[in-house]
Amino acid sequence: MTPAIELRATRRAFGSVVALDSVSLTIAPGEFFALLGPSGSGKTTCLRLIAGFDQPDSGAILLDGADVTNTPPFARNVNTVFQDYALFPHMTVAENVAYGLRVRGIARAERARQAGDMLDLVRLGEFGARRPHQLSGGQRQRVALARALINRPQVLLLDEPLGALDLKLREEMQVELKGLQQRLGITFVFVTHDQGEALSMADRVAVFSQGRIEQLDTPRELYNRPQTAFVASFVGSANVVERAAAQKLTGQDRAFAIRPELIDLLAAGEPAADGYVQCAGEIVDVLYHGASSRLRVQVDERTTLAVARSESAGGGVQGFTTGSRVRLAWRPGHAVPLRD
Amino acid sequence: MRSERPRRPSWERPSLFTRVMATAGLVFLHAPVWVIALYAFTTEDRTYQFPPPGLTLHWFDVAFARADIWESMRLSLLVASAATLLAIILGTLAAFALARRTFGGKESITLLFVLPIALPGILTGLALLAGIRTLGLEPGFWTIVAGHATFCLVIVYNNVVARLRRIPPSWVEASMDLGARGHQTFRYVLLPQIATALLAGGMLAFALSFDEIIVTLFTAGHQRTLPIWFYSELFRPRERPVTNVVAVVVILVTLVPILLAYYLTRPDERGSE
Repeated sequence: MTPAIELRATRRAFGSVVALDSVSLTIAPGEFFALLGPSGSGKTTCLRLIAGFDQPDSGAILLDGADVTNTPPFARNVNTVFQDYALFPHMTVAENVAYGLRVRGIARAERARQAGDMLDLVRLGEFGARRPHQLSGGQRQRVALARALINRPQVLLLDEPLGALDLKLREEMQVELKGLQQRLGITFVFVTHDQGEALSMADRVAVFSQGRIEQLDTPRELYNRPQTAFVASFVGSANVVERAAAQKLTGQDRAFAIRPELIDLLAAGEPAADGYVQCAGEIVDVLYHGASSRLRVQVDERTTLAVARSESAGGGVQGFTTGSRVRLAWRPGHAVPLRD
Repeated sequence: MRSERPRRPSWERPSLFTRVMATAGLVFLHAPVWVIALYAFTTEDRTYQFPPPGLTLHWFDVAFARADIWESMRLSLLVASAATLLAIILGTLAAFALARRTFGGKESITLLFVLPIALPGILTGLALLAGIRTLGLEPGFWTIVAGHATFCLVIVYNNVVARLRRIPPSWVEASMDLGARGHQTFRYVLLPQIATALLAGGMLAFALSFDEIIVTLFTAGHQRTLPIWFYSELFRPRERPVTNVVAVVVILVTLVPILLAYYLTRPDERGSE
């Protein structure tokens, strides 16, 4: 099957800053794909190159098998939902949605009909006559979606689509976006710095760091099998134990990651289960989060491990206070070895 | 409209001294204008004696009957229109080129664009006259227009550039993304956004050109724009109030566009969205 999007050794530098360092990437038709990374990692540059707002210094970009490296944005069958929505304030909601048809010379009546359909699709049928500033953030977001979808693109690009929304709305929109993508069956590529968003919505996630893809995997693999220290700490904030410390704990000369919720917290004298890796430490701080608590335990001069305790599973933190000595233990299989 | 302002704390309220001085300043600025308007109606035509011995509309008849006034008025309106049109086209083009892009020498080019308004008119005038002579041109209508366009352009440029900088780059990208060519993005997205800036800049430019005299003196040749007509009229002892009548008309002609420009460019909720 021809990939919907393909990047071949794409490089883009701004002055001396290399935003994207020879990135290759293939995205299948109908895939829900996330570009995840902290700011400045190259994920947004990657999206802008696919949209055509920017051109790579070297490498190639293919859409549906055709080289579009030098194709301007108006000639690409790709549409974008912008982080700030970029709705035109001097047009009504319906005119905004119909804009893509207007510039293609579609007649007014047909434009109005299709714009109405699109607004119905995003459940804003009644809002066509309003101006963008009369809508809430979540409604504007849906207008931006309708406007981008009206040209029936092969690929929809979303730049931090949920970044400007509050928590509750963000969760609703996650469900809505996922449902919309499944109904339309087109490729969605979205940029986010929120690993929770990437894990819950995407089929596959590319984790970006310093202009490179650190790891490209399914959410489950990324979470359970991070390959690098960066991925381990960025996705799901796992503990990363560096080589020197790992050598002392396990005898193996290789860095590893261990998730906070997979570490058992024991009182100083309490024995660990057979075969567990264990170490002693001192509690640095305790943070109460409601359903769970998070402690940080210093196990040697340079290593502090986070430990998560679920309140409901009988793992409260009573008795564990800052400064008290404790033991930590985990099953060797739960530690994920990392690449250097 | 603002209703019921909340009472401000005492230390923020102006003192009596401040109020008196501010009022005096405003009176000093505006009283002469009212005096000019008043003497358009006086019955006495040689000295400006106060109070006027009587009031009459006679001078309006005299002024409207004089062909030289109409001729100068017509020339000034034509010059101002042509200079404004030129300034709108060139100023807008310059603003688009300089608003966002960065390139070598951009700062110098921006300075060169804005300089004519800071330069004393007498220098601009002298330089233009020298240029016109060197090129062997006959000073006339188009040389006046060119002279006025130098500073009118700055007004339009400044207005448009300020507006363009407030337009998020994503709007242009969204337009392209949805399939619009450059001219469509300009027509449907950018022009509606800069329209009021163009109008305001154009009106201000028009008003500036309409009463400009220094640059005009150097570039006009034998043509007499309205300000030059005023200047020459000062040395004629007869029919003094006629100049006042014309002055009243000029005040009205320039005041209306400036007020309109002011109201059109006030920040409104839509523009700041």
